[in-house]
Amino acid sequence: MLVFIEQSDGGIDDLSLQALTFARGVAGPAAAPIEAVIEQPPADAAATSLRRQGVSTLHVLQTTGVDGYAPAALARALAELAQQRTAAVVLAPSSDHGNEVMAHAAAILDQPLATDVLSLTMGAPATVSRARWGGSLVEHAELVGEPLMVTLAAHSVEVTEAPPAEFTVADFAATLSALDTMVVAAKVQGEGSNSINLADAKVVVSGGRGVGGTEGFTILEELADLLGGAVGCSRVVTSAGWRPHTDQVGQTGTKVAPDLYIACGISGATQHLAGCRTSKTMLVINNDPEASIMAHADYAVIGDLHTVLPAIVAEVRKAQSQ
Amino acid sequence: MEILVCVKRVPMSGGRFVLTEDGRDIETKRLGFTISPHEECAVEEAVRLVEANGGTVTVLALGVPESAEQIREQMAIGADRGIVLETDGAEWDPQATADAIVAAVQQDDTAFDLLMFGNESADSSGYQVGIRVAHQLGLPVVAGLKSMNVTEGVVRAERPAGTGKEVFDVPLPAVVTVREGLNLPRYPSVPGRIRAKKKPIATHEVTRPPARLNKVSLELPADQGKRVEILGNGAEAAPDVVEVFRRIGVIS
Repeated sequence: MLVFIEQSDGGIDDLSLQALTFARGVAGPAAAPIEAVIEQPPADAAATSLRRQGVSTLHVLQTTGVDGYAPAALARALAELAQQRTAAVVLAPSSDHGNEVMAHAAAILDQPLATDVLSLTMGAPATVSRARWGGSLVEHAELVGEPLMVTLAAHSVEVTEAPPAEFTVADFAATLSALDTMVVAAKVQGEGSNSINLADAKVVVSGGRGVGGTEGFTILEELADLLGGAVGCSRVVTSAGWRPHTDQVGQTGTKVAPDLYIACGISGATQHLAGCRTSKTMLVINNDPEASIMAHADYAVIGDLHTVLPAIVAEVRKAQSQ
Repeated sequence: MEILVCVKRVPMSGGRFVLTEDGRDIETKRLGFTISPHEECAVEEAVRLVEANGGTVTVLALGVPESAEQIREQMAIGADRGIVLETDGAEWDPQATADAIVAAVQQDDTAFDLLMFGNESADSSGYQVGIRVAHQLGLPVVAGLKSMNVTEGVVRAERPAGTGKEVFDVPLPAVVTVREGLNLPRYPSVPGRIRAKKKPIATHEVTRPPARLNKVSLELPADQGKRVEILGNGAEAAPDVVEVFRRIGVIS
């Protein structure tokens, strides 16, 4: 089994660790050993965490002459490697790059690709369950491919570790066409703002139609600041122009999985839940006890967010000053 | 500029889904239909490009014959022409969908400069049809973009990456897949709706090949119907809320 993995902040990206954990669960005799595939040689911290992921070989893709992220070039190398290794399964995290590289590789190999997979069972045919509608429905499907190509739904697996073991590092160079290297990303770093990135925030305070307008978000920002979190919102809010689209949590916005998600005045359309359903704890503040979001909440306060939130802010300040 | 935008008719999901008795599909008797917000943004961008540069916007849908309704909606905001690849309503997997679109593009009299898709469909979210079409047509492709400008035959495309962004320059002809946030689509005007009724939609029947990603059944995920603990009503619940914050460790 080949697992395409990504690095972030000098380590292995969390979604990639989830993919490696998942790989150990399904490998069995048909798909063992687990070989990882990476774009750049691993940093020290990344190598250390890979030793605890049951990886036997780490293939470093060589895309000579390409300076930057080139999805088609990486996919060409991944596809050739999959053929050379006669991989039974090629797996990647369902991240932007994971889905993109796998779609290119599946096109190159003319194989089906199952994205956002929750489980994979080897067999004839192999079967998968996968998230549809951003996780609002689960699809059970047969997957007929050689190799089986899948991306793992984000945050569907808790990362675990295997007994420490060394792995071999091998470079792999593919023959690239002009088209493979035509599309290359230039990376532009974010401006040095101190605000917390919505996708990575441990706490997200999110507002919907019930917030009522741009000014209504001030109290959400205050609570987010106190908790060291970020502000999010539903699609209704961005369509109305109350907040920028970058704040939208949902199927067509940002997908978040914080420790705490506070949904204020949000009814709970599937579009929105697709972006926050993997939150560890969800607190709902809503004046409608029958709102569909209640079915996903761990805790709820029934009431008007415009009176509940100021009371919570005051109570948090009191707790933090003690 | 000749632009093709591919869209998919999907039910309006609302709050929760109900499945058909055989568990293979969503019960759509009481649902309206729409396209993905990503695709709405693709059409809006295509219309703006043609307003600025001349040309035509063609909207293509593979699906039931009623997909023409979704194409008419997009004609009301400025698309010129439609193509429906008519199916019997059974699920087409991403490979079969891409093959049918490629065949339609090759048979069409128009040589498209730009083919646009949503980053992923609203229902099955495969993230791949646009990329597959690009490979088969031998065109460059950028996926998931949230900003684009076309100057002198080159698309400058941007998409967010972590706290920064990725920037691509892609020569036309090309394929792009876009995300909501690219623009704010306009609402159709009454004259726009009237004009849309007279615009041409071509239909072609297509036959589904065997699926290699073959949907067998659907299921509602287990997290629906989780038991919620009501902490209280109104401002009086605040101390209990803070107690929860403490218990899960978001405040000390």
